[in-house]
Amino acid sequence: MLLQVENLEVKYGNIQALHGISFHVNKGEIVTLIGANGAGKTTSLYSIARLPPPEAPRVIGGDIKVEGQSILKTSPNAVVKDLKMALAPEGRRIFGNLTVMENLKLATYAREKGANLEAEYDHIFELFPRLKERREQRSESLSGGEQQMLAVGRALMTGCKTLLLDEPSMGLAPVLKYELFRKLKQLNEEGMTILLVEQNAKLALELAHRGYVMDTGKIVIEGPSDEILANPEIKKAYLGG
Amino acid sequence: MDFITFIQNVLNALQWGSFYALIALGYTLVYGVLRLINFAHGDIFMVGAYISFFVAGFFLGPLAGLSPAMTFLVTVPLTMVLTACVGVTLERIAYRPLRRKGAHRLYVVITALMCGLILEYSNLAVLGASRLKFPELIEKQIWNIGGVTLTNLKVMVIFTAIIVFLLLQWVITKTRVGMAMRAISYDKFAIPLMGIPVDNIIVITFILGSGFAGLAGLLFAMSYPVLEPFMGMLIGWKAFIAAVVGGIGDIKGAFVGGFLLGFIEIGVVMVFPSTFRDLFAFTILLLILWIKPTGLFGIPQSTKI
Repeated sequence: MLLQVENLEVKYGNIQALHGISFHVNKGEIVTLIGANGAGKTTSLYSIARLPPPEAPRVIGGDIKVEGQSILKTSPNAVVKDLKMALAPEGRRIFGNLTVMENLKLATYAREKGANLEAEYDHIFELFPRLKERREQRSESLSGGEQQMLAVGRALMTGCKTLLLDEPSMGLAPVLKYELFRKLKQLNEEGMTILLVEQNAKLALELAHRGYVMDTGKIVIEGPSDEILANPEIKKAYLGG
Repeated sequence: MDFITFIQNVLNALQWGSFYALIALGYTLVYGVLRLINFAHGDIFMVGAYISFFVAGFFLGPLAGLSPAMTFLVTVPLTMVLTACVGVTLERIAYRPLRRKGAHRLYVVITALMCGLILEYSNLAVLGASRLKFPELIEKQIWNIGGVTLTNLKVMVIFTAIIVFLLLQWVITKTRVGMAMRAISYDKFAIPLMGIPVDNIIVITFILGSGFAGLAGLLFAMSYPVLEPFMGMLIGWKAFIAAVVGGIGDIKGAFVGGFLLGFIEIGVVMVFPSTFRDLFAFTILLLILWIKPTGLFGIPQSTKI
């Protein structure tokens, strides 16, 4: 098991955001966490990425393990550098004052010397040809879809083996959503493990192998994606009937 | 006024502008990365001057016994390194703990002010109120070019400022550390997600800012060889204002602002009695800010360095 979250309890200030959730991600899988706003999906990702204050959720119980080792004492940059897990956060959070290329380059900050970065840039540009066209442009001038592609590309350039994605489809036109999700599938087929947080449950479950449904800080349903998709309760609550 | 006097004044303006610019860039770098106005920075410049005094004194002294020229070559890097250490120590013991606790920016600025005072008065307490005379490290050469007199020191100061500007501009635009510094000024949140330890970038920022303030301190002490504990106060304030007028957070702004202040000051003195200098200079800067409140190179919003 690559990533294992065990009975995780998390607080933001005095408010408990996660009430003992457990889930896991195997190597090579796409796993999705779905649920309404405020269910604790982003908090789960922030906990795994070990974000520092002020965003940091405070873990008050349970554990997060990567390949069996607890990561509760790991720094956020070590999560990227040593555990090879990268988060493309909600709202993209690209560096708008940097060019597309600079955003990608910056992500290689912690890479070991001698990595063949040129080939990796080419791979990103192959996945997202639009980024290649705009490589010298200031990234805040990109469209929403292009910014999301840059956010994913930037996460990939950290050399990650596990991609944590927070609401990648948010604010994208349907065509772009499907395009992005096709690319995610391609990445997964190339060996990338993906933990996907989404509000768009249908889209996410169609991509993922397994899913967890969250509600107010708890996991209420879990299983293979097709089972969840077929679950009448889920259909009613999340998939629009 | 004749042409030769004019050129002479331009050179003086460039020299003063160089000092302002070298100090202003420290304000601007730290502000760009931390959104903190490091009010202790002028006093770091003062500490730099004192460090260079003691370093130079040691190497000229009987223990080392180097020639003045050799001493100069050793004093430059050592002063920069030691002053950088002071800057980093300040960040470590004063600013970082507050940042960790998520303190409001106002408290950090007040802390910076206090740190400046602590540096001034600890100097006063340890070394006393008497002024120190900086030794002559480089034999003064005066060149006369068509009536304009030029000293080697003046030329060195101006060239140093230009080289430092080009170097920093390169660091900021071309290196990954520079990119990280610009990125932090835009969105600190995503920096650790790139595998970048934010604190390392902050330390590098303080190393650059304080190191060059130390260099400015050394050059200033060589140009005006009298040291006293409060020598960094006024020049620090002026450099800060220069950085703001240039557009704080922007390297170009710090240099343009620094040189602009140098030219305005000398320009005022060319026409009016020298007692009018600061009054007029700051009135002009006030007008500039009135017209462009973000400074000459400033962009409204948080997208600067």
